[in-house]
Amino acid sequence: MERYTILVYTENFIGILNRITIIFTRRGININALTASESRLDGIHKITIEVTVTPEQIEQLVKQIEKIVDVIKAYFFMDDEVVYQEIALYKIPIESLDPSLEKVIRQFNAHIIAAEKEFVVLEFTGHKEDTQALLEILKPFSLLEFSRSGRVAIAKPKFSVQEFLNNQT
Amino acid sequence: MVRGADIVVKSLIAENAAYIFGYPGGAIMPVYDALYDYSDQIKHVLTRHEQGAIHAAQGYARVSGEVGVVLATSGPGATNLITGLADAQIDSTPLVCITGQVAAHLLGSDAFQETDVVGLSMPGTKWNIQVRSVEEIAPAIAKAFHIAKTGRPGPVLVDITKNAQVEFGEFNYVPCQKIRSYRPYQPIKEQLIADAAALIDSAERPYLLFGQGVVLSHAEEELKDFLDKTGIPAACTLLGSGALPESHPNYVGKLGMHGNYAPNLLTNKCDVLIAVGMRFDDRVTGDLKRYAKQAKVIHLELDPAEIDKNVKCTVPVLGDCKKSLKLLTSAVKNNAHPEWMEKFRELEGQEREAVVANDLHGTHGGLHMGEVIHLINKFKEKDAVLVTDVGQHQMIAWRYFDYKTTRTQVTSGGLGTMGFALPAALGAQLHDYSKQVICVVGDGGIQMTIQELGTIMQTKAPVKVVLLNNNYLGMVRQWQQLFFDKRYSFTELENPDFIKIAEAYSFKARKVTEREDLEAAVAEMLVQEGPYFLEVVVEKEDNVFPMIATGCSVEEVRLS
Ligand SMILES: Cc1ncc(C[n+]2csc(CCOP(=O)(O)OP(=O)(O)O)c2C)c(N)n1
Ligand SMILES: [Mg+2]
Repeated sequence: MERYTILVYTENFIGILNRITIIFTRRGININALTASESRLDGIHKITIEVTVTPEQIEQLVKQIEKIVDVIKAYFFMDDEVVYQEIALYKIPIESLDPSLEKVIRQFNAHIIAAEKEFVVLEFTGHKEDTQALLEILKPFSLLEFSRSGRVAIAKPKFSVQEFLNNQT
Repeated sequence: MVRGADIVVKSLIAENAAYIFGYPGGAIMPVYDALYDYSDQIKHVLTRHEQGAIHAAQGYARVSGEVGVVLATSGPGATNLITGLADAQIDSTPLVCITGQVAAHLLGSDAFQETDVVGLSMPGTKWNIQVRSVEEIAPAIAKAFHIAKTGRPGPVLVDITKNAQVEFGEFNYVPCQKIRSYRPYQPIKEQLIADAAALIDSAERPYLLFGQGVVLSHAEEELKDFLDKTGIPAACTLLGSGALPESHPNYVGKLGMHGNYAPNLLTNKCDVLIAVGMRFDDRVTGDLKRYAKQAKVIHLELDPAEIDKNVKCTVPVLGDCKKSLKLLTSAVKNNAHPEWMEKFRELEGQEREAVVANDLHGTHGGLHMGEVIHLINKFKEKDAVLVTDVGQHQMIAWRYFDYKTTRTQVTSGGLGTMGFALPAALGAQLHDYSKQVICVVGDGGIQMTIQELGTIMQTKAPVKVVLLNNNYLGMVRQWQQLFFDKRYSFTELENPDFIKIAEAYSFKARKVTEREDLEAAVAEMLVQEGPYFLEVVVEKEDNVFPMIATGCSVEEVRLS
């Protein structure tokens, strides 16, 4: 099994996300993470899916996704073919703030993005391994809450959805 | 300005839909009200259950190649369509289903007869949409027809809220020609045609398998030309039957679990396997790990998702097989494979002796299903359509019916839906009243949609219903006999008097229990002008052979 990133470009159509996810559900495949947002192109949405499957499975999954009428194009990439990031937020009670925490913050280059009477929120961006490492370190600091995004990714190989649309016969 | 409901009907008329199969209810009543005014332009068939409506539309679509149209109300009306949607989805049948929905302001409130039809039908549709305002209606229906019939066909569903049906709007129908995110046809790569031709020319034992894709692409002539030129033996899948006349010299029989002996066995002996418009269903391949491993595979297929799905192929020829077959025919050399063909004929002889002779020419004991089909062949018209349900009778009818022309095979292949046949036969018959439509059905399956006898009565569709009554859920009983120590757990049926039921629905009906009465009864049925119901009481514990048991390889096809 390998970890892949699937990039899906779709029309902004109600239910499209559902149509995509049932492809995974039906095959009993777990989606590690999923991010959806508008793309650079007007009216076109980009969905980024991270999944751990076999090479045969990824081929099938992407073909099934492309088969959806409102999907414009879908691509898949290995981890080394994409530049990707995930953002993580950590909520820590004020009582836990001590010099050893400062060291951690510096070491990770994390940011304090909110400070309230009872807690602070740290933000840290990186690969899952990095945000996970920080999570493990912060757990003993009575971590109150943790939240991590799905990956956002840009593919290294050159491709253009715009060009694909222009070439439509 | 016209009402949304009128727009629905006018849009269907603009798409040249000849028939609507449907059932009314609260949330679709405005459309029914509108239909009242257009009965001279579009015919509506009131079935007795929404499942009947959708199967009838499937039967209509399968014989005509046109889009079948279904109308149903919200909630239970819509959920009753689900089986048919799943069936049409897996068998690539073009349908447009229109369902009523509660008014838009009630969506999500658990209103009376509200159900999430878009959510429920998503896995069973090629595309679906909810329309909540009048101006969206015509574009949605236009898109629906385009998607249903182009590329690999399939069912689509348009869910229309009640407010949209009663709002007023302009009717200006623009057929959908193109959707930018949707590529129904792939351009054919010339290099792949050349590669495929080279493989075929150098092959010693090439073997062609064809499926329903040939019918859907109208590529029957192209297939025949290819076979004539190359001399390659050809076998068909369940839904491919009819695409090539069985009398064609290259035709060697049927594939799969209850297909013919030679076509299954020799799959593992060919050196080049050419698959045309078929998807290597598990009922065709048996154990994939032991399927055609020795062969180089050429796959002519429209749907990219079918390539390498079950069987890895050497040359994937994506594209419409009507075009690719034509290109391939010009690229290959004239050829013949008499010795290889002889292998098929030898094994065919073994099957004839071991199975067919007894199936078709019983002399004592109960009647065999095969005898009935054999006699149907004797009296049927050349282009008679065979509609079958699911079970032993389906496999026997398929095995022995003499398919002479295309679009004569209507059955539930991928889903195996009992209850399919009776309504599907009605739909097939309505497409052409002058054609013979023969509906072969089991005593189990007929009782799943038996109420559609009423629809046949009301439409006067001259369907010939042949009930092969073994008093068992026969196919399940066969498995219990072979794989579960004859423990016949809940498969025996206490049946009603079918003749009385048929007569209650105004059918001319006849029951045959004796061999000597069968021929006259079949003959009488097939000259009858109107609907006819023939019940044949057959041997209770007959089995269908050859058979490839689940998990076995095509090589392990058994004759008994
Ligand atoms: C809706 C549905 N339920 C259950 C089955 C499983 N099944 C397949 S064949 C069969 C028996 C069919 O019996 P009958 O209609 O009498 O036909 P026979 O096999 O006896 O010819 C059953 C129960 C099915 N295919 N479809
Ligand atoms: Mg039966």
